[in-house]
Order: sequence, then C-alpha cells, then structure tokens
Amino acid sequence: MEIDPFIFRLSIFILSIFIGYYVVWSVTPSLHTPLMSVTNAISSVIIVGAIIAALAGTSESIFNTSSIFGFIAIILAAINIFGGFLVTQRMLQMYKKKKNKK
Amino acid sequence: MISANLAAIFYLVSGILFILALRGLSSPDTSRQGNYFGIAGMIIAIVVTFLSIGNFSTSLVYVIIFLIIGGVIGAFIAFKIPMTAMPELVAGFHSLVGLAAVFVAIAAFLNPTAFNLGNISDIKLASLIEMSIGAAVGAITFSGSIIAFLKLRGLMSGAPITFSGQHILNLILGIGIFVLIFYLCKTQSSNIFWTVILISFLVGVLLIIPIGGADMPVVISMLNSYSGWAAAGIGFTLENTALIITGALVGSSGAILSYIMCKAMNRSFVSVILGGFGADNSADDKKEKKDQKPVKSGNAEDAAFLMKNASSVIIVPGYGMAVAQAQHALREMVDKLKKKDIKVTYAIHPVAGRMPGHMNVLLAEANVPYDEVFELEDINNDFANSDVAFVIGANDVTNPVAKTDPKSPIFGMPVLDVEKCKSVLFVKRSLSPGYAGIDNELFYKDNTLMLFADAKKMTEDIVKNLD
Repeated sequence: MEIDPFIFRLSIFILSIFIGYYVVWSVTPSLHTPLMSVTNAISSVIIVGAIIAALAGTSESIFNTSSIFGFIAIILAAINIFGGFLVTQRMLQMYKKKKNKK
Repeated sequence: MISANLAAIFYLVSGILFILALRGLSSPDTSRQGNYFGIAGMIIAIVVTFLSIGNFSTSLVYVIIFLIIGGVIGAFIAFKIPMTAMPELVAGFHSLVGLAAVFVAIAAFLNPTAFNLGNISDIKLASLIEMSIGAAVGAITFSGSIIAFLKLRGLMSGAPITFSGQHILNLILGIGIFVLIFYLCKTQSSNIFWTVILISFLVGVLLIIPIGGADMPVVISMLNSYSGWAAAGIGFTLENTALIITGALVGSSGAILSYIMCKAMNRSFVSVILGGFGADNSADDKKEKKDQKPVKSGNAEDAAFLMKNASSVIIVPGYGMAVAQAQHALREMVDKLKKKDIKVTYAIHPVAGRMPGHMNVLLAEANVPYDEVFELEDINNDFANSDVAFVIGANDVTNPVAKTDPKSPIFGMPVLDVEKCKSVLFVKRSLSPGYAGIDNELFYKDNTLMLFADAKKMTEDIVKNLD
C-alpha cells in the first residue's frame, strides 16, 4: 500500500517543530525582539500562496474574486517581508560589543 | 517553467535557510548573517514560485507592482519606526500575517483548481480541512493582534475587559468553529466557510480583550506562535515545504517565548489567557492605605552624590524607561559614571517591558554594548556586592514580596534582588503600585531613596549633577 503524501508533509512538519524547539532555545534572550520580527518576516513566505492565487486569473479577467484576494494578500505579505527583515536588520546593527579602547 | 519536483527542492532549501536565520540569533555576532540567510530564503521561495507557475502574462506585471507597493510601505515603516514602538509594530505585523493567511485560504477556496485542490464545491477533503483551519487560526491571529496593537499603542485601555460568561462564550465559539468545519466538509457550502472566518475574527477579539497591558509579553509571543500555525495550515493546503517548515519554526518559537515569559512571571499560561489580572480598581484602594508609611525621597543631587561615591552601580530598566524614552539619557549618565571608574552593568528581567527582549533593544539603540547587559540569573548574585542599584521604570520585577509573602499574587515570581544592594535609587513618577496592583516593599526600606520624576527628566538632571 502506498503512503499518502500527506504523511510525508506531516513528518516534515513535526520534525520542523523539533528543530524550531532546539534552535529557539539557543537564541540568546537579548535577541528575543529581533527573533520575533524575523519570525514575522519569514512566516510571510505565505506570499507564495498569494502569488499563485493572483496569477490564476485568466488574461481576459486578471482580477476575479479569487485573484483579488491574492493581490491583497501579496501587499500584506510584502509589507511584512520588507518591514520584518529591514527592521530586524536595523535592530541587529545596533547590537555592538564594547569598544576595546582602554 | 520548472518541474514541481525541482520547485519542491528549492522550497526545502529556502526552509533550511530560514532555520539558519533563527540559528544565527544565538549570538549577536552571527545574527546579521542569519538575517541574510532569511532574506536569501525568501528570495528563493518567491522566484521559484514565479518559475513554477510559468504564467508570464499581464497578471505578472500586476503581481510585481503589488509586491513593490507592499515592499515600499514595509520599508518605510521599518526605517521610520522608533525603537520604543517595537511591541506594537510586531503586533501589527502579526495581524498582517494572519490576514494574509485568511486571504490565501479564501482565494484557494474560491478557485481550488489553481491550487490543484479539486474543483469548486468538490474540494479535496484534506485540503478543505487544512484551509479552513489555516483560515480560522489566521483570523484569530489577525483580530487578536489588532486588539494587542490597540492596547500597546494606547488607543485602547490596557486594562483587562472582562464580563461574566466570557470563558464559556469562548469555549462555545471554539467548539462552534470545529462543528462548522465538520459541516463544511460535508456540504462544501461557502456560507459555512465565511461563518467560520467571521466567528474566528470574533474569537480573536474575545481572547485578547481580557488580558491586561503587562501580560502583553505573553500575548505577543502567543500571537507570534499563532501566526506560525496559520502559515503551516496554509502550507499543508498548498503542499509547500517552505511554508510548512516556516510555520512549524515560527509556531514553536512563539510557544517557547510564551513559556519563558510565563515562567518569568510565575504564572501559568492558562491563567494569562483567562486574563483579568491586575484590575485597576482594587489597586487604588490599597494604595490609599499604604501611603501613610514613611518614604525617603530625594532629588537628582542626592542621587548623583550617591552614585559618584559608589564603586559599582547596577542599572535596572523597566517599561517606564521605554515610556519616558530615557535610554539615551541613561547612557549619557553611565558614560559619566564610567569616566569616574565606576563599574556599571545592566540587569534585565525577562518580562521587563512589553515584549521579550524589549529592554535589550532599547539599550542597544542607545549604544550600550551588549556585553554589559545581563539577564536575571547571570547578575542576581552581584547585587549583594554592589553599592547602588538604579531602578528606572521597573517595579514588580524588583519587589521582594515575591520571595517573602506566599499570599502575594506575585509570590514565587523570580525577581531581581535589588534590595541587597547597599543603596537603591528608585526612579518613579509616584508611589502607585505596578500592574500587579501590589505595593512594593522596596519603597519603604531604609536604604531606598525614591526619586519622584519622569525617568528621562530625572536622568538628565542627574547627568547635570555628575559634573
């Protein structure tokens, strides 16, 4: 009997939860805010779904009900991607070690 | 156009890059590189999506236009936002992820053929379950984050809003969502699908309104987690590995942060969710009664004198510092102290501020080197050997009552042992209790000097007096 592909996806999902668990515990507490903003940015990879939806319109009707939702989702996700990565970058730039001038 | 298999491999690569992005955050040195990994992963995912659809019609032009519009807005926000506004920014971003998840689910429901999920009114069962769960969690994330945003931004009172039967109502609505999804699978009716989303929006609001302002670190982490689970739900629908991996990562990340925050407050996750902590009215009564006790209060001159003659000072920042935007003045003060060869370190409680790591970011903004900033467990023993503790805008996290009075609501919460210092300087606007609504014993100790003023103004005055 063949294994349902769903099971494979579920396996990836469960294993990723474990990876997430160990990786996030090793994040230093002082970087918890950048952690939140970067997880925000990467969860916006949901944009791939939005792109699929937006491109599903035919050439006669680029904007049908389904693709309009896709287009709006693209804007929302893009705000998040750019905003999330850039604000993370901005924060991380500020974390500096003591200058060894003594 | 590339094959589905090749696309899947690229999505896996981008998932791995996202893992590396989080891994980089284990130390500030590697964190910037980690962020680049994340950006690379995102670019790969987007480009591969374009290539695998291979539809380069006029739609594509619009997709790119919309992408740029969003990107410009996002970039603008990222550069303009002041660091003190980070908590509401993050809450706002969560709401966008949630709403995007809802919209993608709706798009998939309306046009399942485009996603290979079957036909309208004949969507594959598994896909239907996945997309409705994704939509429901996304909707909860969206409306919950909006409420959190309004509370953090001060557009809505931070006080918990409770009414009788609230929890039962939430429970009924929660069960209702599952029942409706069950019927949705049987009937494929779009009306039920819309109802599920509407109820989920309502649940999101109801879940967050009873939670008070100071429990916000938990709420933000929790919504972070939800946004991940919503993404994962959509990832299953789209059969997209990058989304599944990311959703799982973000989901567990948010869950761990919530756990850390709860532990730092010695509260169970359930009690935070049920909310209603720190209702304002009872707190006021208590305050009146205790005001009789003698308090030593001083001015900037006294504070400057005490610190000048100290050999080691520990700074304890809290939310009040963020509100007053006092971090730059604080840094100036510390620079002056250091010039006098006084050892200065910073002690940060995990729940100081309104989100995890809030204080660290503000101090980093003020150019405080991160190796002078210590977490609770790393510095707590140092208080006993230090001369002055400078508490600026923190309150409950220093309250010794958490160690001594089993009846106190914060009993058992790990606190900074500020009272062990030879003297304590406490910058605060008034004697009012913190969010927990309890009096801080520290105010009345002999070695405590209260500095009643706005945190920024007081710090600036101290700086003047240090010359």
